[in-house]
Amino acid sequence: MKLIDCPSIGPRPAAEFVYGGAWRPMPDPDACSDADWAHYVFHRDGAPGVRRELWYHGPSGTWLVAERDTLSDRFLRTTSLADAVAEEGDYA
Amino acid sequence: MPSRLPPQPRERIDRSRSVSFRFEGRDYAGYVGDTVSSALLANGVDVLGRSFKYHRPRGVFSAANHDANALMQAGGELNLRADVTELQSGLDLAAVNTVGGLRRDRGRMVEWLAPMLPVGFYYKTFHKPRALFPMWERLIRNMAGLGRLDTADATQRQPKEHAFCDVLVVGAGPSGLAAALAAAEAGARVTLVDEQPTPGGSLESEFGGDEQAGAIRAGLLERMLAHPGIAFRPGAVAAGYYADHWVPLVTAQGLVKLRARAVIVASGAFEQPAVFRGNDLPGVMLASAAQRLVHQYAVKPCERTVVFAANPSAYRAALDLVRAGVAVAAVADLGDPATRGAPVDAVKALGIEVLAHTAVYEARARDGRLAGVELRRLDAADEPLPEGARRIECDGLLMSVGWAPAAALLYQAGTRMVYAEIPGQLVPAELPAGVFAAGRVNGVFELQDRLADGRAAAAEALAHLGIAVPQASRPGRGSEAHSHAYPIFDHPKGRNFVDLDEDLQLKDLKRAAAEGFDNIELLKRYSTVGMGPSQGKHSNMNAVRVLARLNGRSIDDTGTTTARPFYHPVPVKALAGRRLRPERRTPMHAWHAAHGAEFMAAGHWLRPKFYGPAPQDAAVAAEVRAVREGVGLIDVSTLGKIEAFGRDAGELLDRAYTLRLSNIKQDRTRYALMVDEAGVIVDDGIAARLGEEHFYLTTTTTAAEGVYRTLQRLAAEWRLQVDLVARTGQNAAMNIAGPLTAEVLAPLTDVDLSAEAFPFLGARRGHVAGVPALLMRVGFVGELGYEIHVPAAQASHVWTALMEAGREHGIRPFGVEAQRQLRLEKGHIIVGQDTDGTSTPFDADMGWAVKFDKPFFLGKRSLQVLADKARYRLVGFALPPGYAGPLPKECHLVIDGGEIAGRVTSIGASPSLGRVIGLAMIERRLGEVASLDIRVDGGAMMQAPVVPTPFYDPDNLRQKAPSVAKEAAA
Repeated sequence: MKLIDCPSIGPRPAAEFVYGGAWRPMPDPDACSDADWAHYVFHRDGAPGVRRELWYHGPSGTWLVAERDTLSDRFLRTTSLADAVAEEGDYA
Repeated sequence: MPSRLPPQPRERIDRSRSVSFRFEGRDYAGYVGDTVSSALLANGVDVLGRSFKYHRPRGVFSAANHDANALMQAGGELNLRADVTELQSGLDLAAVNTVGGLRRDRGRMVEWLAPMLPVGFYYKTFHKPRALFPMWERLIRNMAGLGRLDTADATQRQPKEHAFCDVLVVGAGPSGLAAALAAAEAGARVTLVDEQPTPGGSLESEFGGDEQAGAIRAGLLERMLAHPGIAFRPGAVAAGYYADHWVPLVTAQGLVKLRARAVIVASGAFEQPAVFRGNDLPGVMLASAAQRLVHQYAVKPCERTVVFAANPSAYRAALDLVRAGVAVAAVADLGDPATRGAPVDAVKALGIEVLAHTAVYEARARDGRLAGVELRRLDAADEPLPEGARRIECDGLLMSVGWAPAAALLYQAGTRMVYAEIPGQLVPAELPAGVFAAGRVNGVFELQDRLADGRAAAAEALAHLGIAVPQASRPGRGSEAHSHAYPIFDHPKGRNFVDLDEDLQLKDLKRAAAEGFDNIELLKRYSTVGMGPSQGKHSNMNAVRVLARLNGRSIDDTGTTTARPFYHPVPVKALAGRRLRPERRTPMHAWHAAHGAEFMAAGHWLRPKFYGPAPQDAAVAAEVRAVREGVGLIDVSTLGKIEAFGRDAGELLDRAYTLRLSNIKQDRTRYALMVDEAGVIVDDGIAARLGEEHFYLTTTTTAAEGVYRTLQRLAAEWRLQVDLVARTGQNAAMNIAGPLTAEVLAPLTDVDLSAEAFPFLGARRGHVAGVPALLMRVGFVGELGYEIHVPAAQASHVWTALMEAGREHGIRPFGVEAQRQLRLEKGHIIVGQDTDGTSTPFDADMGWAVKFDKPFFLGKRSLQVLADKARYRLVGFALPPGYAGPLPKECHLVIDGGEIAGRVTSIGASPSLGRVIGLAMIERRLGEVASLDIRVDGGAMMQAPVVPTPFYDPDNLRQKAPSVAKEAAA
């Protein structure tokens, strides 16, 4: 079973985690077009590569952002969601 | 004929302890430490089984856990591999694939039909005429399958163990031992596993007669067994590689789930057979099998043998056999013996004839076992020449023409393997992080090189773990091939087997390729090569070589089949887990059970559906009546419960829910509806304000965890100052409802229940039956009612107190079915039943619950787009009193002009109204319809008149002004 590095308590088996979907910036809902909004809500880029994903570690109640290479299925980095939001400038 | 030898230095058997056993109805004796095969051979029994398809006699072939033709059954123990099954007293064994016993197997008739059974015949033959297929199926099912399963046998489950280590070393041969020692001496916690019962690997067999190797072995074993940092697990098969170095070890006691930080695969190589006519006869075996028999079990495999050679180990085997008293008639070498090194001279010095560029063209049988061979010289193109063929009488033939790496774990870990002419096998070219290979699986053959390779692998593994050690360079792979490029010889009469498990001959593979299955994966599936019990361990490499030559392509271009776990068949009892089904019970569960509750599942929870012993319909009707006319109590502990504290708690709820919740007044509640980003309804519940920065939320039972997670995520993403506490398991809840509620509750609580002090939708904290409680005045069932939340530990006391106090008022517990009926009468939806995965609030006629004047909420933008595009609406329908026609069920379709136009979402016979009522979600294009055309079971149509909702007490007077209800009841 894969291990995922929980930012709160360290590497834990993947069964303790819940996948929370792709993490992607939300367009300004008041300014964007219907098409842009629909793209945000419904479209996911499934091409293999490095993706930013939301994961939830149940036992410690931690939301995290994982950078995962979906081609090699390797977790490159995990950050607590709060920290990821704080450093969003670095991601953008 | 095989026989027992005098004591051998490496023998595993204990000659002081005799073991008696039965095989095919006859009594035999062996020793403790024997395998079934070695004991039978020691008794002169050399036919151990019948082949799968043609029922040909088969004997020892590999003696290395892939003798798939020597499968046996002992009572309920199926598919025992005789070559590795330890002999036990009282075993009563039978070969699995015979009709009427091994000696007179009537199944051998099949071989006479062989010309009618070409490769793929079952794909071509049995499908027409169709009427005959059931007969064929019965016949095939009888022929196929190995062993007889007694379904009356007790279920077996073995315990699971979880283990951890820094470095896992797979294989306790020379390279594995060297790697384990080097890693442990640097301070790593090492687990060393080997499928054999004793360590040593090839030091016990191929190098068993080598003095220098014996000294190395003694030193390695002594140090390994003494080292406290090495956990050695003999008899453990590393059965697969899973993500992040997770390796299941299959042991006799059960499965060990081992998590390592680095893995060194030192699993060695499988000796590969040559393919020639008669290569399956009892007496023909791999040279390493003969060496195992001699060194480990002191069994002389034959009296007179020929050695079929293409590498140095063939000559070592010849020497071992001579020492064991076997006459070696000749060595037939496919290449130039001069390149094989020192052992060749030793063989020649014994006066044994060594024939260069010579192949065994055919093995001949007498009485179903090997009686002699025909040798042919090879021409410049390595084709056998008919001229000058020689025949030699022999009862043994040892094949040592090549090796294939035991690379299953490496493949599963994602290793890229490439073919190397030196040593003539696939070798790792690119290994994943933390996975290392050493020894013959890495293409390193010389003994000293293997030790160095193991140490170098350990140094790399230690570096991966961050332990600083000097890195050693890897030894080279030598200068000669240890495997022949094409030890495969055609014969006009066939019976040259590539795969002994499945009885596949060379011509079968050729034919499959000619029919277009010329890709290795297709060839495998069509011909079944490599799909038998030994999983291609002796057949895959030769099949690749055959296909590569047929296609005129390289081994690398031909590729290999995908290696999947498990590497070796694993008994189901090792995998079978405990049947753990998470089940949650509310604190009042025992009370419910004692009072006749019929339980139903709600997510992981068990909830009372209704209370017997009356049948469901009567019980539900009585429970509904109790709530409408008297008082009822329902356990709603399964509701999700969340507390939100903090400066931004109101802000979070405003953004997470469609209604505005931040302006709920102190000690008041409000309906709370949640949609997702697409605007689809995902949950509903109640929000109560308990303080300026303190809210209490309920959710539906099944969404409890999801809503809590979502709120946590939103709070983090929006960087809000909110603390969320999941109370679902900590708090129990019950709903007391009905016109007589106050009479029951008031004497038990310090909360003022008067309409002025505690209005509809109010929330109050106080005590019930002496227990701190939160009371919320709700109207889900449409009567005066209070949801009472109390700590789970005291909930049973509160429940019992309410039932006790309510006895004089005729209180009744009610279950989920009655609650569904009660809310249906009020037209209240259940999320997930009356809505589906596409329903927006507008589809459910709940536009009133969407507040677009909030600056933002989850799903707002989508709902703005959808506000005037709703496709559906929820309508109520009611059948006339006394209706006796066919009744719709939930999910029956509403039809309009022959097309689907909606579905029934809820339906039930209303005791309060005396008629059947229901909700349907219908397409808005139908407009205002007077009735619905519903297709019921069997395709019949019925009409249901549409009526406004709520069906019952449309002005909600009963829940708001309970005096009305009481007057009505009185």
